[in-house]
Amino acid sequence: MAGVDRLVVLNRVSIIQPLPLAYRDRLAKIPGVTKVTFANWFGGVYQDERNFFPQFAIDREHYREMYPEFVVPDDQWQAFLGDKEGAIVGEALLERFKWKIGDRIPIKGAIFPGNWEFNIRGVYRGRRPQDDTTQFWFRWDYFDERKPFTKGVVGWYVIRIAKPDDAVRLVKVIDEQFANSPTETKTDTEKAFAASFVKQMGNIQLLIMSVGSVVFFTLLLVTGNTMAIAVRERTRELAVLKAVGFRDGFVLALVLVETMAVAVVGGGLGLALAKLFTLRGDPTGGLLPFFYVSPPSIAVGLGLALAVGLAAGFLPAVSASRLRVVDALRRI
Amino acid sequence: MVSIDGRADSKSLIRARGLGKTYRRGGEQIHVLQGLNLDVDASDFVAFMGPSGSGKTTLLNLLGGLDVPSEGSVTVAGDEITRMSGAKLTAWRARHVGFVFQMYNLIPVLTAFQNVELPLLLTGLSKAERRSHVETALAVVGLDDRMRHYPRQLSGGQEQRVGIARAIVADPTFLLCDEPTGDLDRKSADEVLDLLDRLVRDHGKTVLLVTHDPRAAEHARLILHLEKGVLVESVTASPPR
Repeated sequence: MAGVDRLVVLNRVSIIQPLPLAYRDRLAKIPGVTKVTFANWFGGVYQDERNFFPQFAIDREHYREMYPEFVVPDDQWQAFLGDKEGAIVGEALLERFKWKIGDRIPIKGAIFPGNWEFNIRGVYRGRRPQDDTTQFWFRWDYFDERKPFTKGVVGWYVIRIAKPDDAVRLVKVIDEQFANSPTETKTDTEKAFAASFVKQMGNIQLLIMSVGSVVFFTLLLVTGNTMAIAVRERTRELAVLKAVGFRDGFVLALVLVETMAVAVVGGGLGLALAKLFTLRGDPTGGLLPFFYVSPPSIAVGLGLALAVGLAAGFLPAVSASRLRVVDALRRI
Repeated sequence: MVSIDGRADSKSLIRARGLGKTYRRGGEQIHVLQGLNLDVDASDFVAFMGPSGSGKTTLLNLLGGLDVPSEGSVTVAGDEITRMSGAKLTAWRARHVGFVFQMYNLIPVLTAFQNVELPLLLTGLSKAERRSHVETALAVVGLDDRMRHYPRQLSGGQEQRVGIARAIVADPTFLLCDEPTGDLDRKSADEVLDLLDRLVRDHGKTVLLVTHDPRAAEHARLILHLEKGVLVESVTASPPR
């Protein structure tokens, strides 16, 4: 998700309040806007409430073009267009429930009541590892026809803009166009929209940062304590090194390098496990579908491991370098 | 030639003048060594004896540049080490002093070869040159067939011989041995003392030995007694074997 050339237009009151379908043409006429599509959140339940996955009623005309990162084979897309009850599912979702093309999927409406049934006509895959392939798409025209109330409205619009640098100006232009109308809009970049969407489930970022910080400082204390004990246990060896002529700086570097090596090996193993854990896709059962350990995240992780090693080893290393040979040998 | 009267000529290898060391414990001053004079020539083998707390190890530490005196000076081969900075003293120790400790103090994760090689890592020698020096040192102590063994795979006597090989490998000016047989059985102790004898006799090494054991001290050419921080008597031991 989060294309730099895409904006999302929502109802100003709330993300759950709809927007008129008529806005589509008005948005398309704004200079700088090159494409408009829309979608609706469905929020149904498949078999059991624990089987959460996002379901969207999508605009069959432009949705696919709006998201080139989601790849649907042409024949499958045509089959989807030819079946009013057709659905396209992400490959991770297909794998999760062991579905296959042609299966008929019953979904119980929660917001929009009734038992809805869809035929899987195609599967989309993501071009990049971080692309979310846990979504379930079906046709908005079928959705609008079947739902018993509020017809002719959509959940949100997604628009493509000609120049990403023009985003700030266009946000203002769009919202001004619908200002003082019965349905005012709130336009934002797709990145900001995705972040606010995740926040519907709670402040995940804050939660992860809090847990991560606690783990980080615990590791710092544990590693520091381990190294302090290691230095104390090897006082004699360090004293001997200094007695035979190794300088204070060498002893300092020796302890620091050891601490950092231990931290990087430990951190590396942890990162490798995290990568393995997420290789097969979202490990959170649909809660965080874009769960992905990227190369920059691995680099940051290794950097943090090095920082833990450096910080935890600093005091023991300084104490080792200041060790007086005479005192150290007498202590033994 | 060894003397303690401070009147020997300036050609002594090791010369201490007015050497004193005072520790402060609580509000009390403890004078461990006081006004000590000592001259030791090259290729001498001197033993220091005395009761616990008499200052034997402190004297050895001062002569080896591990500690600094409260007063007086120590000059070795013309260099006054008591005027040196910490870093310079460290470099001086690497070049001039070989230490042999009571508890051997080998690094347990290194083999005998690697332990002996340690002091050479501070020199500019190539890997091949270091290997040759280490093999020679281990051959001198009779352990050339134990090079790949770790300390835990050696007996106490063998560990101490590796410690001696480490002390001599960089060809230091003198050896300081602090109770080198204190942790060994009689047989192993005799082997180590015989080895020190040979280093003095065959290789011209200068050895200063601190010991509680009169039988160990008898291997030295001269025994000096320390009592309450003062060298009070000197006894000529049996002639070199």
